[in-house]
Amino acid sequence: MLYREAGQFKTSYAADQAMLPILQDRIGILVILLVAFVGIPVFATDFFMGSIMIPFLVFALAAVGLNILTGYAGQLSLGTGAFMGVGAYSCYKITTLFPDTNIIIAILLSGVFSAIIGVIFGLPSLRIKGLYLAITTLAAQFFLEWCFIRIGWLYNYNDSGAIEVPQRKIFDIAVTGASATPMVRYLVIVSIVAVLSLVAANVLRGRIGRSWMMIRDMDIAAELMGIRPLYAKLSAFAFSSYYCGVAGALMVFMWLGSAEVEAFDINHSFLVLFMVIIGGMGSILGCFLGAAFIWVLPIVMRGLPSLMGLDILAATTEHITNIVIGVLIIFFLIVEPHGLARLWQIGKEKLRSWPFPYASS
Amino acid sequence: MKRNTLTLLAAGVIAASSWIPVAQAEDSMYMPSMTYRTGPFAGGGTPFADGYADYFNMLNERDGGINGVKIVVDECETAYNTQKGVECYESTKGNGALAYSPLSTGITLALIPKAPVDQIPVFSMGYGLSAAAAGEQFPWAFVYPASYWSQLSSILKYIDSNGGIEGKKIGFIYLDVGYGKEPIPLLDQLSESMGFSVAKFPVGVKEMQNQGSQWLNVRKERPDWMIMWGWGAMNPTAIKEAAKIRFPLDRFIGNWWAGSHSDLKAVGESGKGYLAANFSGIGQDFGAVQDILKYVVNEGKSKVGSPDDVGNVLYNRGMFNAVVLAEAIKVAQDTTGKTIIDGADMRDGLEAINLDQARLTELGLEGFTGDVQGSCSDHEGNGSIFIQQWSGSDWEKISDLIPPMTDVVRPMLEEAAESYVSDKPDWKGQACS
Repeated sequence: MLYREAGQFKTSYAADQAMLPILQDRIGILVILLVAFVGIPVFATDFFMGSIMIPFLVFALAAVGLNILTGYAGQLSLGTGAFMGVGAYSCYKITTLFPDTNIIIAILLSGVFSAIIGVIFGLPSLRIKGLYLAITTLAAQFFLEWCFIRIGWLYNYNDSGAIEVPQRKIFDIAVTGASATPMVRYLVIVSIVAVLSLVAANVLRGRIGRSWMMIRDMDIAAELMGIRPLYAKLSAFAFSSYYCGVAGALMVFMWLGSAEVEAFDINHSFLVLFMVIIGGMGSILGCFLGAAFIWVLPIVMRGLPSLMGLDILAATTEHITNIVIGVLIIFFLIVEPHGLARLWQIGKEKLRSWPFPYASS
Repeated sequence: MKRNTLTLLAAGVIAASSWIPVAQAEDSMYMPSMTYRTGPFAGGGTPFADGYADYFNMLNERDGGINGVKIVVDECETAYNTQKGVECYESTKGNGALAYSPLSTGITLALIPKAPVDQIPVFSMGYGLSAAAAGEQFPWAFVYPASYWSQLSSILKYIDSNGGIEGKKIGFIYLDVGYGKEPIPLLDQLSESMGFSVAKFPVGVKEMQNQGSQWLNVRKERPDWMIMWGWGAMNPTAIKEAAKIRFPLDRFIGNWWAGSHSDLKAVGESGKGYLAANFSGIGQDFGAVQDILKYVVNEGKSKVGSPDDVGNVLYNRGMFNAVVLAEAIKVAQDTTGKTIIDGADMRDGLEAINLDQARLTELGLEGFTGDVQGSCSDHEGNGSIFIQQWSGSDWEKISDLIPPMTDVVRPMLEEAAESYVSDKPDWKGQACS
């Protein structure tokens, strides 16, 4: 009743091709943006912004990156963690070599290095596919981790071998470092993620995105129809790695404050891959849903026992959380293999015909 | 029907969540405990967490807390994961936390910059950033009773006093992460001044349980002594490999994270002779440990698996962590005159700590460790280590306390601290007269 496009007539091609053709969707997005940019900073606690929203946005951005490659271009990658690491280490190098650089520019620039590395490791994708490609990206993961440990120049030869985020200010407001408030960091991160997601959504429905999807669905047919696999695959790697790199830089600079190599290990790659699979391959919304599912749900579950006044050992809560999340993942994959985004889509379709469903499906 | 159950469930959750008990009585202090009872390193994290909690609970039961104020120990599970650790910190710092012992180098590095901002000290006992020993640059971080560098210098002194070190070849096998690489600058410097040569054998995190190639190299290099900077599954694997190539185990010294009962139980008899550094006493023959057994463990108030686990290396180390914190609380209470202190008082208390043998005896810890005396500039307390040996079934202390080479280590620590703060223009140190 509420969610129905009846009566919304398009009078121009531009209106018909809009990203959100339905009025209710536009209102919905506006409400979400309003909550994200105004509601949360005004009403939320520091813990909510610093430990729930910031990691959630970082992971969502990384998932967008991986989803471009795996969900849209069909190239399975296990190197997400390492590509995030490239972004973090390049951002660290940029900001320590050129301390006067605006930190936001440094973060956005660090993605470029990640993209270059991604293209180099994407080259094998021109010859090999599927699981075999996953193994070459796995090689990228291990090789880059090795670089982060072995090449002292990357962490300025400091004794701890970790990268430490220096304090950087914009207009005299601390944006990175320990004295940056969660609100400032949240606002920076939410702006970057919003803009990059918008860019991704538009690239994906344009010519480039369509060429990726053609490669994914049938690469020989795509080639016959004039898509050059070289450009399509490598641009997918570049885009994907750019997003992962920016997410990695944000993770270290806006969230953790320092990072050792372990922060970018293979488990991290798996974590992001799970987010993409649970959220839904080939869906931007799915990235956000998947990140929320994998990152936010455990935190909420960990907080439940004390909220309910139960005195349960922290470790027991952790075990229970792991079990429940594992069971939920299996449950969702059985019930809806296309991920949470598909569930949302089904829900929307049901909503269209509500309250008078004409088909009993 | 299904919907009804769901509604009921939701109503139940809402009802339950609206009833939030007062977790903290007014006359208590909050002490967070970052634990890892889960994850790949749980074998080491669990006894440490037990010792930490049991000591505070013993004080609560026996003395009614510290100066009459009970300590609420709240565990937060990190699974040795930096991201979870930071989340733990953010979620508990608002509860009036007095100090954090992160029990992970990664989490320590993440918390050190936050400590001055939130005014909560970080106490990384014998781990974390060695440079934090320089109190001028790190007012809010403490590494009592010794930093990694001090520890290495003591180990080298032990080697020197057992047949001399000059002209010898020392093999250094280490976990190839920040933790394992940290002592290398000191090792390189001392190899020149003390006249020994060094062969390094890095072990990647993924090769922890597969060290065949490293030990093949050890066989090729034929070092006279081996020193290990290992953790978790790396330790038993290395000792087994050493036994396999018939390396004399009484010339193989682990650091204090490579010498616990959980490491050696898996090796058993074949690890006989293996040495390790330690700074916390072994066994139950201490008054404080007996009190823990009496007031906590035998009362069923401990999480420890069996009473036999009380007194093992990591249990006692976790307990010692709590001892230092409890002592700092007491010092802070005595100097400020307040019974309930905050993080800033706690910092002053940690800095003014003076655990000499007389005080240790008072605490029921006679001969447990060397004197630990903090000061404004010295945040590692000049503690000493001893060497222990695996008898095939248990650890035995075999050396006296070995003080570190402060004259060599201290300038290097200060230099490292300088370089840490050099790219942080707004870093706040403190002036020590």
